[in-house]
Order: sequence, then structure tokens, then C-alpha cells
Amino acid sequence: MCLGIPGEVVELHPEQPDLAKVNVSGVRRMINIGLLADDPPTPGEWVLIHVGFALSKIDEGEAAAAMAFLEGIGQAYEDEIAALRESLIE
Amino acid sequence: MRFVDEFRDADKAHALAAKIAALCEPGRQYKLMEVCGGHTHTIYKHGLEDYLPESITLVHGPGCPVCVIPMGRVDDAIHLASRPDVIMTSFGDMMRVPGSNGSFFDAKANGTDIRMVYSPLDSLKIARQNPDRQVVFMAIGFETTAPSTAVTMLRAATEGLRNFSVFCNHVTIIPAIKAILDSPDLRLDGFIGPGHVSTVIGCRPYEFIARDYGKPVVVAGFEPLDILQSIYMLMLQLSQGRSQVENQYSRVVPWDGNTVALKAIGETMELRPYFEWRGLGFISHSALKVRSAYESMDAELLFSVPGVRVADPKACQCGEVLKGVLKPWECKVFGTACTPETPIGTCMVSPEGACAAYYNYGRMHRTRVAEAARLGAS
Repeated sequence: MCLGIPGEVVELHPEQPDLAKVNVSGVRRMINIGLLADDPPTPGEWVLIHVGFALSKIDEGEAAAAMAFLEGIGQAYEDEIAALRESLIE
Repeated sequence: MRFVDEFRDADKAHALAAKIAALCEPGRQYKLMEVCGGHTHTIYKHGLEDYLPESITLVHGPGCPVCVIPMGRVDDAIHLASRPDVIMTSFGDMMRVPGSNGSFFDAKANGTDIRMVYSPLDSLKIARQNPDRQVVFMAIGFETTAPSTAVTMLRAATEGLRNFSVFCNHVTIIPAIKAILDSPDLRLDGFIGPGHVSTVIGCRPYEFIARDYGKPVVVAGFEPLDILQSIYMLMLQLSQGRSQVENQYSRVVPWDGNTVALKAIGETMELRPYFEWRGLGFISHSALKVRSAYESMDAELLFSVPGVRVADPKACQCGEVLKGVLKPWECKVFGTACTPETPIGTCMVSPEGACAAYYNYGRMHRTRVAEAARLGAS
């Protein structure tokens, strides 16, 4: 829950401007990007995701570093990805 | 300096460690608190304390939202969830937190309808699919997760969903830091400020710590080098007699935070007069409740919640650990009666709890230190 997971924005929702599909370690899921309304991310940009919400934009280097950190955490990260896999935000 | 080899950028870590050591005044002891449980995790995982001179002690703070939930709130939530008309949704982290009659997992095993969700938004889908049941989201977390609850409430309101509500347990970090600063138990020299919380609240809310208490604050990232760099920045301030708020994590944390997120919180939630924190007791204006304009989504108003205060188990010393007065291994039940598999206290439940982090990583380090000493002696 507390982990910020980096995800790459793949596509924006065609009808709901506050939703976007992201790729997190190969898992593609819809997340909410409404909290970045002041500077919305575009496909190809990276965001830090907390419980289904993008909280900040990050660059690719930061995303890679964050991912390396998370993979080192082990079980907690695997649990988070498993939970993300089950998520059905619409 | 024993574990540098298992670390990326070992040279940089060495260089930082040397710079930190050079800033220590002879004879002075330094106590720096890392507020956030994520930082605690990094510190133990990478054995960062081994890089520091003995005069610097890292003190683990209260920034683990699961750890600070008092038992009474878990009992209240299970009471709510046990109503046949209710489906409770919760983050997975909350499921093993013990109440006085067991955890969410125990309640679920006994037939209570508690469902794990990744995001509060997933609760809305469950609400749409179950129009004849009330879906209550167990909202926990600091300012990192409060915006997600807020936006979910706004979304439910826009959709006109009538069967979604929130059992609000969101807490705010600043009053907890203030309570620790005002506590006579502990004298701190500076703070490693939380990273993700600051993404939302920014750096300004920490200014009172520097201004009124004369202690430096450095908002830090989560990698080992981030933390060492932040310790260096704190030590530099202390050596120069400065106390300021600095942002080591500016690549992610804007100085002013996320104003959209703050606005969403402000629209849907308001401060409670007081809230009980596990181990820290009642702290004024330290938590959020559902704002009256959204009272139809306030589970505490919709259902009767017992609100009974439950004392922590006598053996449990989470309170002292959360305040940084005790190190995890100094607790009487650490690693014996209380383990991640059978936690007595909340600090052993969450991977970001100081006890669980130390149990998982610290013991390994201590074993290796003993081994290194043995080999050195032979």
C-alpha cells in the first residue's frame, strides 16, 4: 500500500480523461491520473503509482532506480503486483 | 563498512560515509529520526547503520500507517464488517493487523465478508456489482493514500453510488512528528523526512520543525544512497549550526506538493479533534474524518460503531518502538512471542514496520557481524 510503483503510461482512456493504461513490470492495468491534472502524463512518460493513482511524474532513470529498489524488497513488492493484477479500475 | 560489497555504487557510499564521519564533532552524539517506514526498510535491508560512525544513531519513527492503527479501530472495523448487509474492502497490508479478537484474516475465515482490494477505486466496482449491499472501504494511510480515498469519494458522488462508504482512519504526519518533538522521552537532532507523503504535502509543512524547534529536516528518497546523502545533508547543517528544510528527493517531491491531491482531501475530509495512535496515545488534530457534506459516505455515521478503546497487549512495546525510544530487538517479545508469522504488535505486521524490517534483515546482519568477528579472531 505504501509502495510507490513506477509505471509507463501506455495509452490514455478515450472517454475518461482521468484514466490511463500503464505498464508495470509487464502488467497492464488502468490507473487514475486525475491527481496529475495540472500536468497530465502522455504515453511514453513514467509515473509513480500509489494504490491505483499516479501521484507524480518521474523520468525513466528514476523509474529504473525505483524498480530496482522494489525488486530488492521481495515479498511486499510481489504482493503489490499481485494485488495490481487483480485490480479492475474502470 | 562491512557490507559495502553487496551494494550498488559502493564507491559513492564509501565517499559519503567518509564525508559524514568527517562532520562528527568529537564527543557529540547524534540522533536522527527517519520518519517513514519505507526508509526504515532500506536502512535495515542494506545495513546502512554499519556505514555510519558510532556517534550517529538512526531512530525509527512512526511513519508506518498500519503500525499506528490502534486495536480498537480494528475491532470497530470487524464489528462493521460482520453486519450481513456490509461488504468491507481493505488493502492487503491491513489484513493481518491484530485486533483484540483477531485480525481481518481471522474474521474472513469465520465468514465475515472482507475483500482485499488494490485500490479504493476497486471498491466502487464491487459496490456497482452489489447494489443491495453496503460496501465500506477501510481507509488507512497517511497523506500518500488519503488523496486516493478522496478521489474515490468524489467519483462515487458523481456516479450517484448510494451503497459506498468509507471507514476513515487516515492520519496526518505533522502532528505525530510534533508529538514526538514534544515528548520528554527522546531528544533528536534532526529528521530524515518522508518521501512519498511529501509528494502530496510538499516540504513547507516541516518548516516549523526547523524554525520553532531548531532541528534540520531533509526530505529523502528511498534508495540507500538517497538516505546516506540525506544524512550527510543533515550533518552538514548541524556542523554549520543551521536548521532548515531541504529536499534531497526533488526529482520526485515538488516543494509545494501536489495541490490537486490536497484540494481533493480538503473537499471530502476534515480534521478530527483528536485520534488515538497506537502507542502514541491521543494526538490532537492528527487524523481525518469524512467531511459533513459527504456524510452519506461516512460509515461511522451510517452504522453504529462501538468505538471501544482497547489497551495494547501488556507484552507489546510497539509504542516505545514507534516513538523511537526502544530499538525493535529491545522489546521483550521481539522474535520470540512476536514474529511476522504470529505478530502481537503492529510493528511486526507491515513490511515497513521497524520490527518486521529488523526481523527480516537486521538479524541476518547481526549474525554476519558475529561471524566476521569470529573469523577475525581466529
